[in-house]
Formats: sequence, structure tokens, C-alpha cells
Amino acid sequence: MASDSSAQDTAEISATEPSVGKITSFFNLFGSRTLRLNNNLGAMAIFFFRSFFMIFRIKAIPEIIQQLYFIGAKSAQIVMLVGFFTGMVLGLQLYFVLVKFGSVGVLGTAIALTLIRELGPVLTAIMITARAGSAMTAEIGIQRISEQVDALSTMRIDPLGYLISPRIAAAIISFPILTTFFNLIGILGAWVSGCLLLGVNSGTYFFRVVSSTQMDDIMGGYYKSIVFGLLVVTICCFQGFFTHMRTDSYGAKSVSLSTTSAVVFSCVMILVSDYIVTSFII
Amino acid sequence: MDTQREPLIEFKGVSKTFGTRNILNRIDFSIYEGEVTTLIGLSGTGKSVTLKHIIGMLKPDEGQILYRGKAIDQMSKAEWNEYIGQISYMFQNNALFDSMTVFENVAMPLKYTTKLKKQEIKEKAMARIEQTELTEVFDKYPSEISGGMQKRTALARALVTDPNIVLFDEPTTGQDPIRKNAILSMVAEYQKRFGFTALMISHEIPDVYFISNRILALYDRKIVFQGDPEAFEALDHPFRDELITSLESLGEELTGLYSRRHFKVRYQSDLSKRQPDASYAVAVFVLEGMDGISDALGHDVAQQIIRSLGSYINKHFGAVGGFSSRQTINEYATVLPYSDLEEAKRIMEDFTKDFQEHGMPDLGSLITGEKPSEGCIEVNISAGLAQGKPQIEIESVMEFARFNQKPIARFECKTGG
Repeated sequence: MASDSSAQDTAEISATEPSVGKITSFFNLFGSRTLRLNNNLGAMAIFFFRSFFMIFRIKAIPEIIQQLYFIGAKSAQIVMLVGFFTGMVLGLQLYFVLVKFGSVGVLGTAIALTLIRELGPVLTAIMITARAGSAMTAEIGIQRISEQVDALSTMRIDPLGYLISPRIAAAIISFPILTTFFNLIGILGAWVSGCLLLGVNSGTYFFRVVSSTQMDDIMGGYYKSIVFGLLVVTICCFQGFFTHMRTDSYGAKSVSLSTTSAVVFSCVMILVSDYIVTSFII
Repeated sequence: MDTQREPLIEFKGVSKTFGTRNILNRIDFSIYEGEVTTLIGLSGTGKSVTLKHIIGMLKPDEGQILYRGKAIDQMSKAEWNEYIGQISYMFQNNALFDSMTVFENVAMPLKYTTKLKKQEIKEKAMARIEQTELTEVFDKYPSEISGGMQKRTALARALVTDPNIVLFDEPTTGQDPIRKNAILSMVAEYQKRFGFTALMISHEIPDVYFISNRILALYDRKIVFQGDPEAFEALDHPFRDELITSLESLGEELTGLYSRRHFKVRYQSDLSKRQPDASYAVAVFVLEGMDGISDALGHDVAQQIIRSLGSYINKHFGAVGGFSSRQTINEYATVLPYSDLEEAKRIMEDFTKDFQEHGMPDLGSLITGEKPSEGCIEVNISAGLAQGKPQIEIESVMEFARFNQKPIARFECKTGG
């Protein structure tokens, strides 16, 4: 009797074991990833706030100016180039849509609102991520693996204050300015394709651009660009600063992987935050 | 004696493990104020890890690090800032900022941690750059200068804030023999001049003996020795076989001169076979005026001169069966095992004549061939002889030889200026 019962129990256990094992391993994996994400987000938040409050120091001014030149001035050309062709493509596409409804007169309205509310901040942020964000990660990553960051600590120079704060300040200033450039050049690009090449009346176009654009639209675009700027700089600097903590690679390889992660994560976060911010300001 | 003094920094039962690899296993040692302490050990045994604990870059898993009796992990923020503000750290791979020039690298600690004016920072940084013989490359980037210059830039940066404690992580790695000694001399000179406490990791045995007050030996995750260099030379431990012997043999091979330990071993082995009444002679040579040469022409030239003298002594006395060793930073000793005092005097006369005719012009060309100096440079070489018997300690005979020293060559005021 006893042996029959025991055999039955064993059979039941062996039947249920695989499914229990799978469930446990799924939750283990899910749980560990969630915990890691949670830890990273927490660390990133602390990293950001500690760096942000160190912006307000007189000694940070020269570094901020240097970073403004690197993030802002040196990104202006590429941002404007992309802005011009984005505007031209938008002008072309919208013209052929609007002409079907006999409403090409609202081309200026469509272009202005599309660029100012959405495309301007998003594309500018993505362009800056590609140009300056990746460079930030690589530069800080190399400084980290060559012990330059440790050297700062030993010299009583806070690495966050010296390396990160100026970049955050420069991003807060330069992202909205570059977004403005993008919008203006984009409107000009759409004017070239819509008015000069396809014959839309220039007066109507610019009248619509001006009359349909409200202050809320402009400010909404600026809010987005500031949020994107903070996200991009924090993510890129964080990835570079903690390059040495990577467990999947070491040395130069870790810098390259950190740079890739920084760009990908920044672009994803730009789009995710775009939806969140839009839902608040709309 | 050590028990009566209060250590400046003390490790008490410090352990450190990375992952599953235990690096330090309950190590205990003390560092005393105003001394040069050298930490030696095989590669990868945790020497740099030990140094990084002092500056707070690593935290011990177990045990405590005390500064003047106070645990550094229990310090208030103000106490910590005061403590850390006294320490400079020279990294093994220099950790120079590669996007900054030599001047900017050296000036950086002053720029960000002091309230000095721009002109004062410039003057102080340039003074250090000059002292470390980097004036010609002050506006170059680290990638544009040699490894030796990068090392000296790191040294200049470590010393620019006039720290009380300096941690040197292998300051001579990657340097040629002349520069290695030049850097060690520089450390010794600055230590004497500024009185800082130095903790240095080095493999330059026996050269570090000359500048170190204390030696710490790290072996198999523990401190197996701490004490003065003399006691370390007599250390009977597997560590010596693995590290010291190989390094000393290499040193002999390269320079032809014996280390102090091998010098003693050779002395004992040669003279133990002799009759008790047999005689031998010892000559002790001293080069005076090293500080003047270092100040006027730099440490490299000073080291070239002292090595050149060593080479002359070894060549000349080696030909008549003698063996020589560098005893201190500017002193050589030679044993003539089969010569009595009279014969040694004749050999010395020959040496003096030969050195004055050929050796001094060579040394002179080393001095005059360098940059012009405003001051007057004076170099004196003295030699003394003494006779000994096999049963007498070599140190006593050398002391007699020092007592009998008289000038054999002199060089004065012939710099390029």
C-alpha cells in the first residue's frame, strides 16, 4: 500500500516538475531583469540629480561654454541640413494630399504645426544624440577605462560636477535653440518645395504659418526639447560613466557597446517620452 | 622603535575580495610620517589595490584603515575632506587627461581645488614642469610625448599641490635605467625638501633601498615583511627567491655592479676561504655635489654621471680581481680581495690618473653638453682605502675607508653658460 502511494506521489511530482521549473525560471528571469532595470533607473535618477545640482557653480561656467560649443554650435549645421530636407519632403507630401481636397492654402498651417509640435523637437533630439550623444558616451567611457575619472576623484574634483553637469547645462540651453533652428529651416524647406517648385502662393503660405501657430504650440515644442535634452545627456553620460561596470565586455569593446546602448536607448526614450509629454500638454 | 611611534596610516586586518578572488587577506601594516615606504610584491598581488584603499577608491570587505588612529570610514565629511586633501596619487598608467596639454594636466588640481589666481597657478605649474624637465613639451598633448615624459607629467601633477602624503603606483614603470634612477632620486629629493610621507609601489630593487626608510613585502595576499631595507635584505622567505633574486641577477647582468646583498655574499664566500691573517683592501668612493647637478642640470644628468662613475670603478678594479657595489645613492664600494693596503694604494693611484685623464673629461662633457646653467657647478669625487681581515665585518672596514677619504678628482664651474 505504502509503496503504491509512494509511486503515485513520485509520478505526480515528475509530471508537475517541468512546468513548475519553467514557471520558476520565467519569474526568475523576469524578476531579475525588472530588478536590474529598477536599479539602473534609480542609479540614473541619482546620477542626474547629483549632477544637476552641481551646475550652479561659478567654476562650471567655462566647461558649460565649452560644451555649448560642442553640443550646440557644432550640431547646428547638421540639424539645419536635416531640418531643410525634412521641410522639403513634408511640403512635397502634404501638397499632393491637400491638392486632392483643394486645400493647398493650409499647407503653411500643416507644415508649421507638424514641425513645431512634433518633428522639430524629435528629429533635433535624434540628430544631437547621433552626433553629440554618442561622442559623449565614448569620451567619458574612455576617460573611465583609462582611470582619468578616478584621477579626478583623487584630485578632489567631483567627476559628476566636472564631466556631467556642464553637459546637462549645455543640453538645457542648446536643445531648444537647435529645435528653433530646425523649425525655421524646415518651414523654409517646405516653402521651397511647396511654393517655389509646386506653385503654392508664398503670401498664403507664410500667412498660414504665422496665423495658425499659437504660443502654446511653441512652448510645447520647447518643453519637449528640454525633456529630450535631459534624457539624452543623462542616458549618454550614464552609459559612459559606468562603462567599467559592464559585465558583457571590457576595455575598448565596453566603450563601443556603451555607445551603441546609449544611442539606441536615447532614441527609444525620446519617442516614449514624446508620447508622454504630448499627452500632458495637448 | 616602531611601537613607540604613532603610525600615520595603519591597515588593521584589511581583506578584499573581487568576485571569488581574494586579493588581500587580513593585512596589517603601518606607514609613519615623513618616511618613504616602499611596497613590493609580485605582479597582480594587490599592491595597487592596497594603495586604492588609502584614498577611498576601494573599500575593504573586512578590517579598518586608520589615519592618525581614526578609522577613515568613520570620518565626518569635513574630516574626510581634510584627510583626502592631503593626499596625491600617481597612477600606474599615469591617468593623464589626453585632451589636455602637459601644462593643463599639471595645473588642473590647482585650478579646480584651490583659490589661487590664474597667474599664481601658471607660475606654480610651470615651476613643477621645469623641475621635472618638461619645459620643452609643456604645450604638447600626452600622445605627442614619450612614455617617460608622460610619467614625469603625472609626477609633476601629483606634486603640484604640495601634498603631505603621496602615493606612487609604480612611478618608474616603462622608464629606461637612467630615468628610473632619476625618478627615484626626484622622489627622494622632493621627499626631503617637502617632507611629505611617501608610499611607493616599485620593482626597482635594489635601487628603492637607497631612498626607502621602510619596506613592505606583499606576498600570497599577506604582508610578509615590514621593516627597514637592511633587515629586508636578510629576509629568509620564499618571496625573496621569487622576486628579489631574479631582479638582482638581472641588475648585475645589466650594470656589472653587484647589489648590496650579493656584494656581501661574494665578500663572505671569497674571504671565508682565506687564512685568518690574510689581508684585503676596501675602497669607498663618494660623488659629492649631486644636489647641485640635479638642480642645475636635472636628475637625468646626475644619474648619468653617477652611473658613469660606477662603470669606471667596476671596469678598472674588476680588471685586477675586485668587485664593486653601489652602496647609497652617491657611494660605491669596491673590495680588492687579494690586495693589501700598499698594493691597493698603487691600484688607486693608477685609477686616479686614468680617471683624471679619461673619466673626468667624459663626466665634464656630460655636464657641459647639457643646457647652460646660471650657477656654478662643483663635483668632487673622493676615495678612501682601508685594510681588513677576513674575520672583520665589511661595514667596519668600509667605515675606516670613509674616514680615510680624500679628493681624487674635481670639476668646477664649466657649465655651458
